[in-house]
Amino acid sequence: MDLSNLTIHQINDLLKYREVKSADITNSYIERIKKIDPVISAYLYNDFEEALSNAEYADKIIQKNKDFPYLTGIPLSIKDIFLIKGKKTTCASKILDNFISPYDATVIKRLKKNNYVFIGKTNMDEFAMGSSTENSAYKITKNPFDLNRVPGGSSGGSAASVSADLCAGSFGTDTGGSVRQPASLCGVVGLKPTYGLISRYGIIAFSSSLDQAGVIANDVLDAAIMLKAVAGFDEKDQTTRKFEIKDYPEIVKRADKSIMKGLRIGMPVEFFSEGLDLKIHSKIMEIKDLLKDLGANIVNITLPDTKYSVAAYYVIATSEASSNLERYDGIRFGGRFNEGKGIQSLDELYRKSREFGFGKEVKRRIILGTFALSAGYYDAYYKKASLVRKLIIKNYKDSFNNVDIILGPTSPTPAFLIGEKMSDPLSMYLSDIYTISVNLAYLPALSLPAGVMDNPAKKGGILPIGLQLISPWTTEARLLSVAKVIEDEVKFRDKYTPVI
Amino acid sequence: MNNNNYNDFQDARHSFEAVIGLEVHSQLLTKTKMFCSCQNIFGKEPNSMVCPVCLGLPGALPVINLEGVRLAVKAALALNIGINKKSLFARKNYFYPDLPKGYQISQYLDPVSSNGYLTVKMDGAAEKRIRINRLHIEEDAGKLIHIGNRSYVDLNRAGTPLVEIVSEPDISSASEAVSYLKALREILVYLGVSDGNMEEGSFRCDANVSIRRKGDSKLGTRAEVKNVNSFKFVEKAIKYEIERQIDIVLSGGKVVQETRLYDSKENITRSMRGKEEAHDYRYFEEPDLPPLILSEEFISEIKNSIIELPEAKRYRYVAEYKLTEYDAEVLTQDKDIAHYFEDLIKENNGRVEIKKLANWVINDLLFGLKVITSITKPVPEDVIRKAVSEDEGWTGNSKVIGNFVPQYETKLTDVGARNFLELILEVETGNINKNTGNTVLLEMLKNPNKKAGEVIKENNLAQVSDDKGIEDIVKQVLDENQKELADLIGGKDKLFGFFVGEAMKKTKGKANPKKVNEILKNLIEEKKKVS
Repeated sequence: MDLSNLTIHQINDLLKYREVKSADITNSYIERIKKIDPVISAYLYNDFEEALSNAEYADKIIQKNKDFPYLTGIPLSIKDIFLIKGKKTTCASKILDNFISPYDATVIKRLKKNNYVFIGKTNMDEFAMGSSTENSAYKITKNPFDLNRVPGGSSGGSAASVSADLCAGSFGTDTGGSVRQPASLCGVVGLKPTYGLISRYGIIAFSSSLDQAGVIANDVLDAAIMLKAVAGFDEKDQTTRKFEIKDYPEIVKRADKSIMKGLRIGMPVEFFSEGLDLKIHSKIMEIKDLLKDLGANIVNITLPDTKYSVAAYYVIATSEASSNLERYDGIRFGGRFNEGKGIQSLDELYRKSREFGFGKEVKRRIILGTFALSAGYYDAYYKKASLVRKLIIKNYKDSFNNVDIILGPTSPTPAFLIGEKMSDPLSMYLSDIYTISVNLAYLPALSLPAGVMDNPAKKGGILPIGLQLISPWTTEARLLSVAKVIEDEVKFRDKYTPVI
Repeated sequence: MNNNNYNDFQDARHSFEAVIGLEVHSQLLTKTKMFCSCQNIFGKEPNSMVCPVCLGLPGALPVINLEGVRLAVKAALALNIGINKKSLFARKNYFYPDLPKGYQISQYLDPVSSNGYLTVKMDGAAEKRIRINRLHIEEDAGKLIHIGNRSYVDLNRAGTPLVEIVSEPDISSASEAVSYLKALREILVYLGVSDGNMEEGSFRCDANVSIRRKGDSKLGTRAEVKNVNSFKFVEKAIKYEIERQIDIVLSGGKVVQETRLYDSKENITRSMRGKEEAHDYRYFEEPDLPPLILSEEFISEIKNSIIELPEAKRYRYVAEYKLTEYDAEVLTQDKDIAHYFEDLIKENNGRVEIKKLANWVINDLLFGLKVITSITKPVPEDVIRKAVSEDEGWTGNSKVIGNFVPQYETKLTDVGARNFLELILEVETGNINKNTGNTVLLEMLKNPNKKAGEVIKENNLAQVSDDKGIEDIVKQVLDENQKELADLIGGKDKLFGFFVGEAMKKTKGKANPKKVNEILKNLIEEKKKVS
């Protein structure tokens, strides 16, 4: 039996009934990583020794207890933005090339409590800035459905690692679509929960008011399991709240077609206009018809101010980033420029360290954000963007008075070719056009594989299409349930597999 | 310069007035830092009081210390500053090695409190109301240590809670500035909000100074003077700065907006950076922290916990206790003294006149303490040996060798109010006389755990008050000094004192002098009659 193409709940069943050991599962992933990852480059590094020792520990727990946490013995990959004590955390940046984290992120602490198996850190866009993972200072990750294409980003390594069965699930982060867009491009499930549901403590900050940890999984039930394990108030992060954490896995297991009866599904006109790939458009329409057949009420809605969301996002996110990245100054940790005849002044030390340590996109955003916050411009940019944000929040709030959930595409295009958008940042920024407003409005959203389209560049090849569900604040249970019913109809995992 | 010119020149100088606003930074006496749980403590080994949050490590997030908020609100309430129930934290961005995150968490557009005032008694006793623009919460930076041509960073202080108190430009002279600062400091220290230590930098001040011609309503261009870490330097730096600006204007120049550093060695201010080099702090709301929302209960709880402030105490002492302004001043200058005095009044419960209690505290207890704590002894051998063995490179310039240390380290509160009152009652009821009382007090200050009664008993100091005993002694004295007695009877009244003195000598001062007087008088009257 190939043990490396299972879902988390399948592995959990096998472990529960002592069919296999976590060590067996872990070993089969290790074998697959050794064979496949040199081609995919999903990982920045692996720690197989750690993985096997985690697995051994999990096996001991399993032997002793009947009731063990769901993630016990499950090999998971972690985006290299989460701090793990004693492990290198680079955020795919040269400036953190030698940074060994002295503490655990809250997410990692909770995963350790769940006896998970840490198998490796995944590649990403440097400091999570990008939509293709091409902004990594270290390597280019390939899309498992077409090795000439990007996996999306910024959590591209995480999405590729799940899609190519190099782990059972992965934790990423989503600031403007960084979990959902790569999940969509790689044919896997990506969930970005309500802002404040998962602690940001120990996650390297890009844009504090938008960043949220998310999960990338093989199916909806897995996503529910992973969410349950890490969600909830953290006294170390004052932006987390004491939300009620529901038993998402149980809710998902019970979800069936009947919940579609009378469910009001909103379709925002703004999400189906110019720029959307026609094949994606028609795929989402197919899904809409399917839901209608199941008894859902489809409602056309409008989110008029979301047309400003990319503009508002790039002001807010870059402003916060320009401040969050000030700590990388070469003084206390990370890279310090020390070459040549040495540094003559403090300013030079800062300048050289940051010039050498940061990549092009990161510098672009620091400059943008610094400009937007500078004296005399604050009102015109940051303040205005914050006002637009309020309008977008209101758009969604008004819509959710009339609909229970919103349906649309995740990404305007399927996976694009490596290098295709690198010289055109604006077109790259537009790949998050449907996901960004969700972060601005602090809402939960999920990308679900809706089907595939023909790969225009490869005869017989396919490219995944993702649909996006957006639901009101803290209604992850509803979001996951609806996704589960669609998943059961689409049966993506049964029909489509990556090329590798 | 002839006299006329000189006078003109002086007149010209006097046609200017100074406009001064002060920004005070005061550390708060919290147990932990403002945004993490590291201890807020001074003088530890560099970088030993740090964690991911105050080190600004990637991924670390701040958490608001409510104790810090409480102290800030307490200070604001005491300074009559309006509390804002909703306030925001903001980031002040700039690069410096002692600022680990590259920004300081502070408050900008919506501070925790705004619009207040402090009524200050200026030199010459006139009162003046100085308006306070705002008091906000922020965190302190770390410290740079320069050794040779290397610089080191110590982040123990990074994240220490601070309040910044910004006055309106209502201050018009260096001495007014000092009076304002002293009044402000007194309140913060009294409330236990700050230790007020200017030398260690836990209470710091920047002065915004400008000048204008008297009568002008427009403000002149201001210079911000930094690095004034004592009242004396505040006064000198502002004085210097005012004169400097007047000189510039009188010689036809213009004051430029800049930040200046006070150099206490040369007593001048020097330009540190001009307007062009001024930082653009790029303030924006701190996205890692929610708005600070204060409930009515939270605020009123703090309001109720505020103790009577020195100014109010002084007023009450004069009005209620009928003390002189001077006595009230001495008794309220320190929170501990005022508390002690009030404890004493409570213990006393009306037995002794309050005015007398005040005298006892000021003239005897405080004075006695000063006497006792100024007694020194040479540093003991073993302490010297220990100091030398702990530091082999030691060069002998330490506080230890060839120095004297206080022999007693008694503090005011060591002698309990009840114990002190016991002593006062012993004297006031005539059980011992005042001189003996002072001897007993000194003994109590040397051994604070001894009760007044014990000291009296152990040293057999109780006053001889029984008439028979005193009469015997007085008779004896009269017998022993027949010649003087004859003179006294003969009209030399001055000799009366001589006999009192002799009698007191015989009782080693224990006799009640009143009684001695009385008995002596009677005996002499008798003798006069006889003769």
